[in-house]
Amino acid sequence: MYNLIGAGLIVIGGGIGLGQIGGKAMEGISRQPEATGKIQTAMIIIAALLEGLAFGALILGQG
Amino acid sequence: MNRKALSNIFLSFLLILGSSVLFASDSQPTGEGNLIDTPEEINEYIKHHLQDSHDFTLYTDGETGTHYGFPLPVILWDDGLRVFSSAKFHHGETVAEADGNYYKLYHSKIYKTNANGDLDLDESGHPHNQKPLDFSITKSVLGMLIAGILLIWGFRSLAKSYSKGPIPTGFGRVLEPLIIYVRDDIAIPNIGEKKHRKYMGFLLTAFFYIWVLNLMGMTPLGFNVTGQIAVTVCLALFTFFITQFSGNRHYWGHIFWMPGIPVLMKILLIPVEVLGMFTKPFALLIRLFANMTAGHFVVMSLIALMITMKAQFGVVTSTGIAFFLAFFISLIELLVAFLQAYIFTMLSALFIGMAVADHEEH
Repeated sequence: MYNLIGAGLIVIGGGIGLGQIGGKAMEGISRQPEATGKIQTAMIIIAALLEGLAFGALILGQG
Repeated sequence: MNRKALSNIFLSFLLILGSSVLFASDSQPTGEGNLIDTPEEINEYIKHHLQDSHDFTLYTDGETGTHYGFPLPVILWDDGLRVFSSAKFHHGETVAEADGNYYKLYHSKIYKTNANGDLDLDESGHPHNQKPLDFSITKSVLGMLIAGILLIWGFRSLAKSYSKGPIPTGFGRVLEPLIIYVRDDIAIPNIGEKKHRKYMGFLLTAFFYIWVLNLMGMTPLGFNVTGQIAVTVCLALFTFFITQFSGNRHYWGHIFWMPGIPVLMKILLIPVEVLGMFTKPFALLIRLFANMTAGHFVVMSLIALMITMKAQFGVVTSTGIAFFLAFFISLIELLVAFLQAYIFTMLSALFIGMAVADHEEH
């Protein structure tokens, strides 16, 4: 029960983070379309780091 | 002509995907009796799928209890090498005998027992029996071997085709742009023009190996290799050791004596930076493992919807809903299969790049 609540909190946190990253990247791309490639690469790296954090928390919550 | 070829590829792609979902739904027998019917049984089935197994079961007939598939060799080290076929376990139902020793399969793990196969369980259900060292060719090992053979075959034919001319033939035409992509978009921007060549071998191998294994997980054969934590640990260990051994003096300088900050901060930062050496590859292994496990879990849960919703909506409607949901999540999983291979390679290149980067003196 408690780890389900924890999992929900993790997903909320991860969702806010991913939303921030995605939204800012979209803004950046619309301002400077010629920098799309660079922004995308940086966005994916940050998203992957965030995802690692969230998954780490989820797996710790399982144990 | 190009458009036709493209639409052909797309159509065959859809067909393969569709059939994989259909096959997967076949392997979930519906009905009464001792077939999979309740949420607990579905949970058990999904858990069983996510684990490694000592035999290759394609389909189990729930009514007669027969398993369709083939056994795999079991290789144990227990005061000597013991090799026998996993058919002797009869899917964990009987005790296997090898050179006077008795072994039993319990929750996909092999325990040494007496002739009756008694397990010494504690109150939480964990056996205390002795566990022999297990080097068996399990389902995941078989998957890795198949992936390795596929990669060697594909890349050898590509390498050979360069001896005939600068343009590759056949399947190599698909592989060449991917290799160029890994080089120009992953290795060079992160490691640098001068030094990337040395690490291309590892990066290409990691990329294609993970990608092929992820795609094999999408087939109805039921491989879940990159969802085994042992596999991802080994992959991340490679990145860890390559990063540490190629680190130059700037890299070690940044860990043990960070330049440009007060002395007290330098001392405070040492444990943080040392911890960072380990957390970077740790995040790599957790990410790949958790993504693939979660992906398999979601696909199988959506397929299982047809069993849980059968009572409310009838067989046809629930199968339709489960098919469409599983189909579209499978499309996303195809993207994830590529993305995870890309991210693993990308972050490995980033870590290696940090270790080999030249810094101008401050």
